[in-house]
Amino acid sequence: MAEEPMTTRHIPDRLQGRSARLLKSWESLLVVVAILIFTVNSFASPYFLDPWNLSDATFNFTEKALIAFAMALVVISGEIDLSVASIVALTSTAMGYAAAQGFDTPALVAVGLMTGLACGAINGLLVTRLGLPSIVVTIGTMSLFRGIAFIVLGDQAFTSYPESFAYFGQGYVWWVFSFEFCLFLGFAVFYAALLHLTNFGRAVYAIGNNQTAALFSGVRVARVKFTLFLLTGLMSAIASICLTSRLGSTRPSIALGWELEVVTMVVLGGVSILGGSGTIGGVVLAALIMGMVTFGFGLLNVPGIVMSIFIGFLLISVIALPILYARLKRRMAH
Amino acid sequence: MKIWKALLVAAAVSTALVANVANAADKKIALVVKALGIGFFEAANKGAQEAAKEIGGVEVIYTGPTTTTAEGQIEVINSLIAQKVDAIAVSANDTDALVPALKKAMDRGIKVISWDSGVAPEGRQLHLNPSSSALIGNMCVKMAADNLPEGKGDVAILSATATSTNQNVWIEEMKKVLPNYPGVNIVTTVYGDDLADKSYRETQGLIQSHPNLKAIIAPTSVGIVAAAQAVADAGKIGQINVTGLGLPSEMAGHVKSGASKSFAIWNPIDLGYSATMLANDLIDGAEAKPGAELSMGRMGKLKLGENNEGAMADPFVYDASNVEEFAKIF
Repeated sequence: MAEEPMTTRHIPDRLQGRSARLLKSWESLLVVVAILIFTVNSFASPYFLDPWNLSDATFNFTEKALIAFAMALVVISGEIDLSVASIVALTSTAMGYAAAQGFDTPALVAVGLMTGLACGAINGLLVTRLGLPSIVVTIGTMSLFRGIAFIVLGDQAFTSYPESFAYFGQGYVWWVFSFEFCLFLGFAVFYAALLHLTNFGRAVYAIGNNQTAALFSGVRVARVKFTLFLLTGLMSAIASICLTSRLGSTRPSIALGWELEVVTMVVLGGVSILGGSGTIGGVVLAALIMGMVTFGFGLLNVPGIVMSIFIGFLLISVIALPILYARLKRRMAH
Repeated sequence: MKIWKALLVAAAVSTALVANVANAADKKIALVVKALGIGFFEAANKGAQEAAKEIGGVEVIYTGPTTTTAEGQIEVINSLIAQKVDAIAVSANDTDALVPALKKAMDRGIKVISWDSGVAPEGRQLHLNPSSSALIGNMCVKMAADNLPEGKGDVAILSATATSTNQNVWIEEMKKVLPNYPGVNIVTTVYGDDLADKSYRETQGLIQSHPNLKAIIAPTSVGIVAAAQAVADAGKIGQINVTGLGLPSEMAGHVKSGASKSFAIWNPIDLGYSATMLANDLIDGAEAKPGAELSMGRMGKLKLGENNEGAMADPFVYDASNVEEFAKIF
């Protein structure tokens, strides 16, 4: 067999295969990180590998992850919604008020969902109709929505929720699988299908990559964006129902600071903060990683501030690594 | 090669950690605070460690969230339930929101008490108040009386707002114990609204309108500092003694200058100590019910009243002999 001359330029006969692409993807790196954390945790604490303990640990992230799914779509479209935690607070306050008036569980859920949708609609209208930057709009509504909750409640709390309302945050569907965790799995599938299999999902990517091009290609940019803000409002309301039910009470400070944790989850999941790329699978993995890290450190009684440092480190490295990798590759090529 | 090295290191670290857990003490009591990094709670931990040493065979897990949120405390409580601790003693960020998580803890056989900031009765077995209104009222009058020249003189009260529940209850209790202190003549009550400048002006007014004033009782940490400052600025140090409830870190200077001979507030070290002792009582089988008396080691006994609440002790008095030491803590 004759050797090929060294000077021949290598031309691939095909583009990278599906499996090769999968191997190099962000998601596979996250899978490795998740497995690593799981293994270290199992060794580090004898209490980690207990089905009930793991089940309890899922409450650390399920509610935030529900919001993160919708947030991922918003971020992929090139926008952001920082008012989500305040929508949780306002929704919870509305439900608490309704509960105090004697409404039963189905009515409370309806009130919650309507409040969330209304908040989302306000954000959506301000962004799409007035063309304001979403970061400014949602910083404004972040203060507005929570402000209303504070005016209604002051230093008081709503605690008169009906018994059956406790199911959403404290109930179990089967064995150790809580209602919240099943909701998390269900919505993961739903959002993965919505983003990766539908025209709507393609439109979201198109808008995130080049809004003007998308508009000229016939994508109804304003309508898609409005829908996305409705979705974050709706998911915040669902998260609020779960959280309120789990706490059994409402205070205006509920879910304080969650907007940043949700955005962290989305970015850690490999969604580009500049828009245009990302997957739901990545967000699911990021949620699991954040949940396991929090729980694992908690079991070892590591002070919370160390956890924050770890998450911050993880976040910066996940953003920096691909850039460093690309730079290294470019240098090697030259 | 590198991977193997990394794995070996990971394995070594894990083994060390597992060994660490295996060496743990028999009883595990978790002291859950509102947030880590607060001097008051660090001091409570000091007391808890003291109690653990005294009991023996007890490991105190001092933990809490990084911010004062109920959600953060619930995550901490969940991880404590998972570790199967024997007791949780919590200073709650939210009276109601912690109830479901703590109920779950109790369902799994963990003893739960709240201290300092309480949890609703259905979420804990007992609550330890640092003190009681009656004890606070008595202590305020006592501190004023002890420093009156010849044991008698005019005393004024500088409160927070006219509607603040705590202060009103305490003032009522002060008036109840007056017959025990015949030298104390309360002339008036003024309201500084817990604002430094208003409290300062109200104190100036008191000094002007009551020339024979010998003491000011300010049962508010804002008011007492402002009153001491006003007395110092008016050159009345030595003539008017400011007392009441305050924080050592804010009052140290005024105690040193003599504007305040003494003041009181709960002692966080005693509080952490007592909470740990009570948690240990429950682990050892003591029953928490109204009327029961539980031991708190060197702090004596805690008598439980309605809703299984009890008051630890008189507020702790700070004066020139100890204020410097506690000023470093809170």
